Amino acid sequence: MARKTTVARPAEPPLPAQEKIPITLIVNGTERRLELAPWTTLLDALRDHLDLTGSKKGCDHGQCGACTVLVDGRRVNACLTLAVMKDGRQITTIEGLAKGGTLHLLQQAFIDHDAFQCGYCTPGQICSATGLIAEGKAHSADEIRELMSGNICRCGAYPNILAAIQQAMGTRP
Amino acid sequence: MINFQYSRATDVADAVRQIAADPAAKFIAGGTNLVDLMKEDVERPTRLIDISRLPLTKVEETPDGGLRIGALVPNSDLAYHPLIEKRYPLLASAILAGASAQLRNMATTGGNLLQRTRCAYFYDIATPCNKREPRSGCPAIDGLNRGHAILGTSKACIATHPSDMCVALAALGATVHVAGPAGARTIAFADFHRLPESIPQRDTNLAPNELVTAVELPKRGFAKHYSYLKIRDRLSYAFALVSVAAALELEGNTIKEARLALGGVAHKPWRDTKAEAALVGTTADHAAFARAADALLRSAKAQTHNGFKIDLARRAIVRTLTQAAQATPQSQSIKKIA
Repeated sequence: MARKTTVARPAEPPLPAQEKIPITLIVNGTERRLELAPWTTLLDALRDHLDLTGSKKGCDHGQCGACTVLVDGRRVNACLTLAVMKDGRQITTIEGLAKGGTLHLLQQAFIDHDAFQCGYCTPGQICSATGLIAEGKAHSADEIRELMSGNICRCGAYPNILAAIQQAMGTRP
Repeated sequence: MINFQYSRATDVADAVRQIAADPAAKFIAGGTNLVDLMKEDVERPTRLIDISRLPLTKVEETPDGGLRIGALVPNSDLAYHPLIEKRYPLLASAILAGASAQLRNMATTGGNLLQRTRCAYFYDIATPCNKREPRSGCPAIDGLNRGHAILGTSKACIATHPSDMCVALAALGATVHVAGPAGARTIAFADFHRLPESIPQRDTNLAPNELVTAVELPKRGFAKHYSYLKIRDRLSYAFALVSVAAALELEGNTIKEARLALGGVAHKPWRDTKAEAALVGTTADHAAFARAADALLRSAKAQTHNGFKIDLARRAIVRTLTQAAQATPQSQSIKKIA
């Protein structure tokens, strides 16, 4: 079979730069007004435009979960979300979980159980676990593991992550 | 990702009008697959039409006892919907077998139907791909094809359809509602996705200017005897090597009706109505299930690296039908295969 070594791509279309789009995000309870190009992901908006660098860019393709944040209370991958599509929505990031000087139950549980090594996946793990608890579908250890499978930890801290989530849920055996 | 224009659709008619006016535009809703493909330069729309705020988010009972699912119902909401859990647990189970909790929160019912293959060559713009660049060639055919199709392939394409949800919808005999410039129409689920033939760039029979508005389930949900079994390289958050949706109607131990559809094996969810018909009237036992598996796989064709999928599919079909008959459906959290 004949195989080409390169594939001709169409030339970049002559696209006039669109005016940036004004949007409002309620980030961790505070109204933030932004003007963003439509291709800005929610993750880039948080990190590069709002200096909220707690949400991490791991794979940038929705495969690792490091970018997990809550939109209107539901956990999503911020790297696959276009910020302009979330105009007016409530965004919660890792920076918004602690109340004053008091850590969120999950943050404290992750410390108590040493549920990380390098820590890069941790903000995503904690936001994801916040969503998991709110969903109320995970009861057993198997269910927690399955419903946390969108958050990869390459250090392999999974047993301690599970223990931390069980502590926060009050189901730790 | 190339630069693009962005606009919001105000209603279904406006969405259809906007897409008809711009052939290089695409609809976006959940974005889980499209944004990823745009980052890889596989998809290069010059305009995105945001349909995520359209009122297509209801799950409603139909007059004939079925359910109409709005195209924008998120996958997670659908899987946990009380009527789906109670009357169509096969669908709930298949949805929960796919992706991750985050992606299921984002992904929509209509978008799940329209997701594209995860063939590595399709995703890699440095390689030819007939689906991405018509008539450029298929490097998968004599390349790395361990995960590729074993049924309904063509000389142009051996890609698989990646959805789990769609395998259950195929087995249940759903109907897709679409709206287009010429008005609304319905497409039987079996006719929605296509085989590659000589035009693998076309995944579905949806016209370019049409919008999926709903998926309708018929009355029969096979809630008593069903199972969805997904076999993959790791226990969660991976695409299927083979998946099986099975549903039975039993009278005693005699099969009154059977449904059998496979995922991960073809360019579309693979439902075999002949294998189903051959099960009707037989005793629900291992021998009958093995015959059904052999019948379904008779036309299976192995590529260099995926011959194991034929044996895997045969065993998975027998196992899933057995789980359905015994009313012990596969759990999607306890991964031990009973």
